[in-house]
Amino acid sequence: MGRYFQEEIERAPLEKIREWQNEKLLRQVKHVWDNVPYYRNKMIEAGVTVEDIKSLDDLHKLPFLTKADLKAAYPYGLLAVPLRDCVRIQSTSGTTGKRVVAFYTQEDIDMWEDCTARAIVAAGGTNEDVCQVSYGYGLFTGGPGLDGGSHKVGCLTIPTSSGNTERQIMFIMDLSATILCCTPSYAAYLGETMREMGYGPDDIPLKIGIFGAEAWSEEMRRDIEKTLGIKAYDIYGLTEISGPGVSFECEEQRGMHINEDHFIAEIINPETGEVLPEGTQGELVFTSLDKKAFPLLRYRTRDICTLTREKCSCGRTHVRMTKPKGRSDDMLIIRGVNVFPSQIETVLMNNGYAANYQIIVGRVNNTDTLDVKVEMTSDMFTDNVGEIQARKKVLEDGMRSMLGIKAKVTLVAPKSIARSEGKAVRVIDNRKI
Amino acid sequence: MSVKQVSVFLENKPGTLDALTKVLADHRINIRALSLADTNDFGIVRMLVDDVYEATNVLKEENFAATFTPVLIYKISDETGSLQKLLQRFTEANVNIEYMYAFAGKKDAYMIFRVTDTKAAEARLVSKGLRSLTDEELAEV
Repeated sequence: MGRYFQEEIERAPLEKIREWQNEKLLRQVKHVWDNVPYYRNKMIEAGVTVEDIKSLDDLHKLPFLTKADLKAAYPYGLLAVPLRDCVRIQSTSGTTGKRVVAFYTQEDIDMWEDCTARAIVAAGGTNEDVCQVSYGYGLFTGGPGLDGGSHKVGCLTIPTSSGNTERQIMFIMDLSATILCCTPSYAAYLGETMREMGYGPDDIPLKIGIFGAEAWSEEMRRDIEKTLGIKAYDIYGLTEISGPGVSFECEEQRGMHINEDHFIAEIINPETGEVLPEGTQGELVFTSLDKKAFPLLRYRTRDICTLTREKCSCGRTHVRMTKPKGRSDDMLIIRGVNVFPSQIETVLMNNGYAANYQIIVGRVNNTDTLDVKVEMTSDMFTDNVGEIQARKKVLEDGMRSMLGIKAKVTLVAPKSIARSEGKAVRVIDNRKI
Repeated sequence: MSVKQVSVFLENKPGTLDALTKVLADHRINIRALSLADTNDFGIVRMLVDDVYEATNVLKEENFAATFTPVLIYKISDETGSLQKLLQRFTEANVNIEYMYAFAGKKDAYMIFRVTDTKAAEARLVSKGLRSLTDEELAEV
């Protein structure tokens, strides 16, 4: 196997990519128009019909989809094929507790797995490799996505899923795993643990890391590479569009190639929705060209980044995106999990508390921490220490089940959370990314 | 008769007790007895004060979370074994003590008890010959 999983596609000249995109877009818009009344109505409201989309140049006429649309259309409103054609869902957290549910046909899964296979090969993986997938398996796209790609490449796949660090390390060492797929914070944690156990980079058989689903800095990359003795590659994706592998890093480690034969990327001004020229920073918008079951057109990712078509020495011609530099909404990514302040607010309200809270995100030993300060009120205050601790635990349990990750609740004095111009400062992110 | 104690929530950080006592001092409220329950991340101050309603009002105005709690107060003489004698009666009356603290009056000592189910506990203690202090009596000691 060479350096490409699908060389003809990955090295196709720009004209060829445009030709594919043009043809697929027209087909996809028709598919959506015919089968998704929710989006058809959005188009009609925007004064566009399927006849108005004659080529790629008309893309900008289509209305955007946002997370709010996913919530409004939950669960089946954006499904474009009969249920008998669907074989799986994946799911991620939504804005106010409603989860995003994305549907897949077998072809959709095949396409997605091609994308992750491209990422593995771009990182240097071959069928000689032993690939340990330590992303969570289940509703989260990380595990299933990389698992499928690993099979396509022909790696021996170790589906450890997340957690149980001791067992992870046992498999890495005993089966001589050469590729590790997980979140960068978990990779850092594994590295630290292995170092404490006395394993140096030369003792660890790993060569390649494919890490994504959360933000990480170049400094963190160098740390992980040094501790584990590997080269670490970024991978990007989102459940709404398919999952990890929408874009991935090549050996250059300078930006992630977007699989443009499957997805059209645009950069827009998040305020006005206007499409921005290449090289300008703005919000990333994806149109999925091949997805049959859940074909989102012009989906706003809320990730802020820049695209470049500068020639890449790896030979791939597909456009590269920078690591997301932030969000145009208030979503936080904590330990690879999407967290919205509104979810925390929902838990507080459900338990009879006022929405006076502050979220403090930090990073200790390369692992994210989530602290939620909640204002004590005279109504909820009791003289009984055990009862207050029990109430605190109810909140922590509620947040855990709403967010899927652990949050530490700290009770603070009434009206002690800083308010600026009458509005509380809800989120303090102390991570240096 | 149970007496009302003021309980106040405090964050576990420097200066919070100072701020609390300043509010009381500024409003000329006298603290008769005080105890502090601490956990890893917060504390509860329990106090007997000379004006419990005024204290609670001004504390709430100053953004403290505060509440009343009924407690039972018993006088014991300042001599060896007197606390044990009192507690033995609690045992006989099958009264569960959640917490307790003490203060010294001009002559005697006073024990303050927070018990499970105050009303029923008090009735059983009366049957054992124990009578708790009233607000008026407390003001005098």
